[in-house]
Amino acid sequence: MNILAILTIFLPLTGFLLAGTLGEKLKNNFSQILTCTLMGLSTVFAIYLFIEMGLKEKTLLIPLFTWMHVEFFSINWGIQLDSLSLVMMAVVTLVSFMVHVYSVGYMKNDRGISRFMAYLSLFSFFMLTLVTAPNFLQMFFGWEGVGLCSYLLIGYWYDREGANAAAIKAFLVNRIGDVGFLLGTLTLFVLFGTLDFIDIFELIDEHQSDTFTFLGIQYHVLTLATFLLFIGAMGKSAQIGLHTWLPDAMEGPTPVSALIHAATMVTAGVFMVVRISPLLEYASLTREFITLIGTITALFTATIACVQNDIKRIIAYSTCSQLGYMFMAAGLSGYSASMFHLTTHAFFKALLFLGAGSIIHAMSDEQNIQKMGGIWRYVPVTYVVMWIGSLALAGIPFFAGFYSKDMILEVDWVSYLPVGKLAFVCGLATAILTAFYSWRLLLLTFHGKPRANEAVMGHIHEAPLVMLFPLLILAMGSLFSGSLLYDLFVGEDTTFWGSAIFVLPGDEVIQSAHYVENWVEWSPTIAAFLGIGLAYLMYTFAKNWPQTLSTTFRGIYALFYHKWYFDEVYEWLFVKPALKLGKILWEEGDQEAIDGLGPNGFAALSIATGKILCRFQTGYIYHYALTMIIGLIFMLSWYFWV
Amino acid sequence: MATLPFLSMTIFLPLVGALAIFLNWSQQDSTQANNARWVALWTSLVTLGLTLILWGNFDAASSNFQFEDKFQWMPFLNISYHVGVDGISLPFVILSALLIPICILTSWTSIQYRVAEYMIAFLVLETLLVGMFAALDFVLFYVFFEGVLIPMFLIIGMWGGPDRVYAAFKFFLYTLLGSVLSLLAILYIYFEVGSSDIPLALTTPFDPKIQMWLWIAFFSSFAVKIPMWPFHTWLPDAHVEAPTAGSVILAGILLKMGGYGFIRFSLPMFPEACAYFTPLIFTLSVIAIIYTSLVALVQKDMKKLIAYSSVAHMGFVTLGIFAADAQGVQGAITQMVSHGLISAALFLCVGVVYDRIHSRKIADYGGLVHNMPRYATVFMFFILASVGLPGTSGFVGEFLVLLGTYQVSTWATTLATTGMILGAAYALWLYRRIIFGALAKPNLKSITDLNWQEDLIFAPLVGGVLIFGVYPMPLLTMMEASVANVIDQYNLSFESDGGGLIDPRKFLEMAFHE
Repeated sequence: MNILAILTIFLPLTGFLLAGTLGEKLKNNFSQILTCTLMGLSTVFAIYLFIEMGLKEKTLLIPLFTWMHVEFFSINWGIQLDSLSLVMMAVVTLVSFMVHVYSVGYMKNDRGISRFMAYLSLFSFFMLTLVTAPNFLQMFFGWEGVGLCSYLLIGYWYDREGANAAAIKAFLVNRIGDVGFLLGTLTLFVLFGTLDFIDIFELIDEHQSDTFTFLGIQYHVLTLATFLLFIGAMGKSAQIGLHTWLPDAMEGPTPVSALIHAATMVTAGVFMVVRISPLLEYASLTREFITLIGTITALFTATIACVQNDIKRIIAYSTCSQLGYMFMAAGLSGYSASMFHLTTHAFFKALLFLGAGSIIHAMSDEQNIQKMGGIWRYVPVTYVVMWIGSLALAGIPFFAGFYSKDMILEVDWVSYLPVGKLAFVCGLATAILTAFYSWRLLLLTFHGKPRANEAVMGHIHEAPLVMLFPLLILAMGSLFSGSLLYDLFVGEDTTFWGSAIFVLPGDEVIQSAHYVENWVEWSPTIAAFLGIGLAYLMYTFAKNWPQTLSTTFRGIYALFYHKWYFDEVYEWLFVKPALKLGKILWEEGDQEAIDGLGPNGFAALSIATGKILCRFQTGYIYHYALTMIIGLIFMLSWYFWV
Repeated sequence: MATLPFLSMTIFLPLVGALAIFLNWSQQDSTQANNARWVALWTSLVTLGLTLILWGNFDAASSNFQFEDKFQWMPFLNISYHVGVDGISLPFVILSALLIPICILTSWTSIQYRVAEYMIAFLVLETLLVGMFAALDFVLFYVFFEGVLIPMFLIIGMWGGPDRVYAAFKFFLYTLLGSVLSLLAILYIYFEVGSSDIPLALTTPFDPKIQMWLWIAFFSSFAVKIPMWPFHTWLPDAHVEAPTAGSVILAGILLKMGGYGFIRFSLPMFPEACAYFTPLIFTLSVIAIIYTSLVALVQKDMKKLIAYSSVAHMGFVTLGIFAADAQGVQGAITQMVSHGLISAALFLCVGVVYDRIHSRKIADYGGLVHNMPRYATVFMFFILASVGLPGTSGFVGEFLVLLGTYQVSTWATTLATTGMILGAAYALWLYRRIIFGALAKPNLKSITDLNWQEDLIFAPLVGGVLIFGVYPMPLLTMMEASVANVIDQYNLSFESDGGGLIDPRKFLEMAFHE
């Protein structure tokens, strides 16, 4: 098992190193074949581990070697295998492998394809170290590592101004979150004296009501630490306030959006929150905050998704919204429901993105859905899989999203925390919007009359097999992962999660979620159909409605369309003042004040003094004689009168 | 093996090399230049080898000074030649010996004017630097400490840019002014202890009131060297005007003299004063981190930007040192070593394009990745290391410092972490403006990628940053015992006189109660 786990993680790294160093020199698809093969092997091992260990509820801790050791602080590199990390490993490797294969076709004519494949593999490596981390610091290593890959891949087309700006923005916004993560880690260290998950979780009982003085104010330490850690999750998982980078991240190639910005990296925040469930259980205030943020994000980003026209941005906002659902449940102790939705979402969202990529590919790089329409005949496979993905996303019965979203809303309903009911109501509203924007996308893209010009329409074609194969696999996942995994993940008597998820006796929402009223159980489905119906109404029957609505409610439309003006406010609040302050500090502070008073001031002073002293040395005898006489008079008068 | 005086050999071998160049003075310019280059390279490489022997034979479990050499120098004054290294100074000795050959290699073709003198200056500088870190006698220390200024002054003043004279004088006077005060303190200590022996002085307790004055005197010298805000304005000017190799040494080693001084002298000799002044240091460090990071954001000159980033990184070092716990101090030393590698590499990166285009202005570049993919990769690596990405040595140092400081002051730590965000902002933005975008400027169209010599120069730095990022244990174990010794001595003073002013550990206990 040890060697398999190590191989699973390090094969992608090997792929990165080889493709990165030799890829450019060895043409003939060397990088593509190599990285796909290694990633494929890694996937096979991860799934084998999941079956052999996850399903049999085994856990394993593989220490590798010491990272740092200073006095009583000690950190090891290692691999922690439990149900949580095994699920993540399987999901990450599978989606990553699919995206690798898809990219071979999608990026075929890009001259930097070796670099692209190398980055994808590097990302997979970092993501795997993140999910298998046995301590907070290694998790942070993976955490920042995936952030780096995200930066590199968003800015992959480095000639484009937009891509460069988006890449830096993604890195910086994530860094803000990372600082929260780091401070949370430090707080936990001063409390527990260790950063290993297993040790910390064992020591919680002793410290559950400790307090800590942070920035002069005394806090309940577990609430503080989990709150700080959650700021990290907000950055990585693009929750409201720190979400602005994700839509911009769509500047990257579409396979990247599918892998990093939909299926895996952005779910790292959710994963981390689930990982620290033993801490969160004692920090109900943080949990309420998590649910609140998740709820707001889910609804707020869904409103934006309804009015966007860029196909990728719509799906990106949808991702934010779905991540909100996951946090919603996690905050209410429904950790396994979050993980369930994370898993199903990975399939159908990756599917939607890759499907969108196939459309963009077919439409000669057009991304605006207002300029598409009527293409379903030409791209039948893409059409079908996009339907499957949308059905799963909207939560239509028996598709993957149905099971997981229902579970989350039921958890919302049964939770005793006051935010639970709010989450439920907003969750339902979001479900309507989700279905609406999904069908808006489908209808505008595939149906109606073609709105693209003839050159584009003449060139339109279905994707090659190498791109269709991943789509089909992911479509399978979107169809069946919900029903297959339901009992295992959130079944009433499941013991699958074992020690990986901890829930206090009073918080067993998953169990009680199985006994909700009938209308609660059916309401998400009704909401979904409502949204679909609305979309059909507005985009096939009453086609002038969208236009009328947007002009009648101009203010609200503008607010949604301009993404609630977050970017503008941030620019005005942080970016410009920082640059201005920098300029002031440099010119007024360094040059005027410090240099002016300091070295240059001294220099000027000594020159001035020198000049004055110079005047006395005129060289005329009578000047000197006069000075001597005056001096003599002073000395004598001093001597006589004092 | 241990019978040979390896440490003294390490110190004086470069001087021998310098002498060899001097004695080989020939009339023919090109022959002389070539001879000087080769002599300097081989001398510095053998010196590096010697330091590796020191490392190999170093007993990390002991906090004692090792490879000691001691003989009377001025017996009537009780001044002796006394050298030795412990786990605090050895990293810097090795770092110095590593960077000098890199400097010589990078100047191989770019320096054509008075090559022999240039090489002599670097070899003399190496002797003085290694001697400074190894000196165990105050007089000897002061001679080396001040002596460093002379070759550095010449390197900036003779082989520097257009404003080199202003920069050289500013550098010289700034640092000299600080040192004069520390000379007074050294004299006081000499008369108090009756000898200029450093190990003896380290174990001599000083009256807390006197400590304050001595601390301030040393502070004025070290704070300028490191440099701390607001004594930092000499650094950007010096860097901008210095030749590439000069910047490498300046950022790589000279700044570390200040941090080394704080750890070697201030912490163990003036513990009460250190505790008393900790709030001041924390304030200045935090200001340095935020202030200089903001200033770095708006720089138009690549070297100035990196120089300001150095000040911010050194802010972390002073934070860690005055946190005065094992994580903080070890983190500070790690951060210094790591910064020595990273900033050296960044200045080399600037040097690479400066040699080709002769401009340091950011606006003169853009889109270099098209013609220089290998350079872009190397530059990206060091930008990320400078940002403190986990897996690079920059992270290990920064994290340990934050870990150490957090146990003492949550304010200082939290404010310092804003430097992580701003640091990423200026570093990535610099990179974007130079490397990314379209290759539009006509004079950049024919720019060439790194040649094999340049690859060779970067290789050890990349390796070091990566190895110490993933497995910093060789470095951490090397310093562990010696740092523990310093910390123990620091804490001991508070136990003996009943608690002292601030005890971080007591603070920690106070912070938690159920």
